[in-house]
Amino acid sequence: MRFFEYEAREIIKRAGIPVTDYGFTTDAAEAREIAQRIGGPTVIKSQVLTGGRMKAGGVKFADTPEEAEAHARDILALEINGHAPRGVLVDPRAEVEQEYYAGVVWDGTRKQPVMIFSPVGGIDIEQVAEEQPDKVGRRHFSNILPLSDFQAKEVVASTGVTGAALNRLVPIVKRLASLFVENDMILAEINPLGRLADGSFVALDAHMDIENEARGRHSRLLAELGVGEEETRQAREATPFELAGEQVDAMDHRGVAGNVTEFDGNLGLVIGAGGGSLTLFDAVRAHGGKPANYCEIGGNPSVAKACGLAKLVLQKPGVERIAVMMSIVSNTRVDIVARGVIKACLELGYDPAEKIAIFRIPGAWEEEGFKILERYGVDYADRSVSLNEAARRAVEKIEGAPV
Amino acid sequence: MSILIDADTTFIVQGITGREAVNLTRECLDYGVGAKVVGGVTPGRLGREVHGVPVFDTVAQAVAHNGAPIYGSVVTVPPAFTKDAVFEAIENGIELIVIVTERIPRRDVAEMVELATLRDARIIGPNCLGIIVPDVIKMGGIGGPAKNAAQAYTPGSIGVISRSGGMTTEMSSTLSAAGLGQSTAVSIGGDAIIGSTYAELMPLFEADEQTEGIVIYTEPGGRMEAELARWVTENRSRLPIVAFMAGRFMDEMPGMSFGHAGTIVEGKEDTASEKIARLAQAGITVAERIEDIPEMIRAKIVERAPA
Amino acid sequence: MRADATFIAVEVDDAAAADPELARRLTEACPVDIFAQTGDGGLDIVELNLDECVLCRLCLDAVESDPTHPVKVIKLYDDGAILA
Repeated sequence: MRFFEYEAREIIKRAGIPVTDYGFTTDAAEAREIAQRIGGPTVIKSQVLTGGRMKAGGVKFADTPEEAEAHARDILALEINGHAPRGVLVDPRAEVEQEYYAGVVWDGTRKQPVMIFSPVGGIDIEQVAEEQPDKVGRRHFSNILPLSDFQAKEVVASTGVTGAALNRLVPIVKRLASLFVENDMILAEINPLGRLADGSFVALDAHMDIENEARGRHSRLLAELGVGEEETRQAREATPFELAGEQVDAMDHRGVAGNVTEFDGNLGLVIGAGGGSLTLFDAVRAHGGKPANYCEIGGNPSVAKACGLAKLVLQKPGVERIAVMMSIVSNTRVDIVARGVIKACLELGYDPAEKIAIFRIPGAWEEEGFKILERYGVDYADRSVSLNEAARRAVEKIEGAPV
Repeated sequence: MSILIDADTTFIVQGITGREAVNLTRECLDYGVGAKVVGGVTPGRLGREVHGVPVFDTVAQAVAHNGAPIYGSVVTVPPAFTKDAVFEAIENGIELIVIVTERIPRRDVAEMVELATLRDARIIGPNCLGIIVPDVIKMGGIGGPAKNAAQAYTPGSIGVISRSGGMTTEMSSTLSAAGLGQSTAVSIGGDAIIGSTYAELMPLFEADEQTEGIVIYTEPGGRMEAELARWVTENRSRLPIVAFMAGRFMDEMPGMSFGHAGTIVEGKEDTASEKIARLAQAGITVAERIEDIPEMIRAKIVERAPA
Repeated sequence: MRADATFIAVEVDDAAAADPELARRLTEACPVDIFAQTGDGGLDIVELNLDECVLCRLCLDAVESDPTHPVKVIKLYDDGAILA
């Protein structure tokens, strides 16, 4: 889960890394007060979880508190890439002599965190790595041995930085690495990290992303930052259809019937499991089908849950038919899913034989499952029909369906 | 032969009294020649039995009871306890650990993997279904009940490596139906950091005389495929590889997570299209459809065979 | 089209259903809560959970000692086949 800049700065501050005397607000009049307190030129920055903020007019410079208020009012009303801002950050405009970059990420190949440092900051680090590779230092560090200052020193020094700057940067980079590990981050980045006229360093912007699976062990930090438990902060906000999918999955603790993502097509998908769903979604599209949704069944869900998911998809506006398809199951049961989807059709007053374009789930308890499907006249396929072929048949039925 | 495990492999199940673990134990005991499940561990349950397998409080007790080192462990304990369970296994001389548990934070995974490396142990997973040597042994829930597993997996010459547990079975079943059996199939797990990647398993398959070709299932997210492409190029692998890439649609939806925890497009390099290009450069054929895989791998094996 | 949306039926002999010990055993045995015990110890069948039946036979095992076979699990989708 990504943090807003004002939250990321707070995390950095708590780790003992110097930040500017900024203020966060959701109110333009308060932005003026903050600018007054700062006394001097300020930068007003939109707090949104999307890139391209500067280009979109979400960052503006103010010389007076009045100007700060006016900019804050504009920015608070400005949607960027469909995201409404959470608020604005009012930041003193620092006299920066040079901008640096410091970041920590995971390296999935080495399976270790890696510190990244560059004396060229303020722009995308990937661009620097491409254009001036010698200006980007990387240093992996152990997950179980103690983290020490020398590691930060090595990565800074590897980029040619020496003198007082080196000694001042070491504790900052080391603290950033510590906070990355301690807070289960998957990204912790200060960019730019500014060097001021007096030689001191200050964080001017920060990006932090905490691993979702670890949120539970940082509930205190999240509560202190005011992050709600319901906040997922996905790339786009969950739609009501997707939220309803989460409710279906939360009905009981047996298996999974959820991870619903909304699309705007006419073929409803009741598919699984993780890899099977990805494969099937691709296959439906490859045959020209228009999926109404993505979802995942797995881990042997209850009949009620499979039924709930199928009902949700069947009731989605524009859905003509559903395709019930999974890769060969060994834990999830064919008969249980068959009962669930047939029940869903019947309870909504549909004929399962009409509404279910195809049922392709081979594997555990398929003999029982196929008996059920036969009784209700549902078109089904066993493992001799590939995922791709099943998807093709489903799409064909939609195209042939009366509009 | 096979890789990682064979008919003589001994292993324990940590968390053996959990609902899924009870099933998994039954399945492993029933499959092939019958796995040598020499014990189970659940703290506080010393003295119980699960399908005749004795339960202990600690791994050390299981090792003592066995009277000889134990080779493997299947770990199926809740995410908050997995790291400790894996450390316990490693420190008691276990060499191969299959982690079934999902939703483990990657810091914990990284710590487990680093300790394993220090102790010359190997981790498969987390978030995986384990390893199967057709008709011989399975270690983990892979393939499900013995009867179902026997239907999908047949002995042969193809090594299968997959980021998806279910797709390991789907692809193996497709190979079996086309008369291509498997030497060993490994579900490596769908997380961002895993114990054994494609490239890390390749040397084992490379050294296995039975294996003549490799089939992999892959997804967007991460750099594991780039690592494989590099390995294949640098080591001039004798084994032809066919890959299947699912989740191509995700390229249009950066930042959205689908399927497994590690399946998310975060940058240019981890898109499906970029990975397909990289794999192709290394001579790895990427199939559009699973049903095309058997003929593709067969053709590549023939092509490589000495005239 | 077939409009019946029920897949499983469970029948318990009246005499057996009135036996609190048997009711307890059935309630404990069923993993999907098809059986429940009423306030007076008698047996109640939870209609809502019938279709969650996983055909595990645990209820049949629980009354195995009774030679009258007082519990029947019926697969309505299979022409009323009785789970043996």
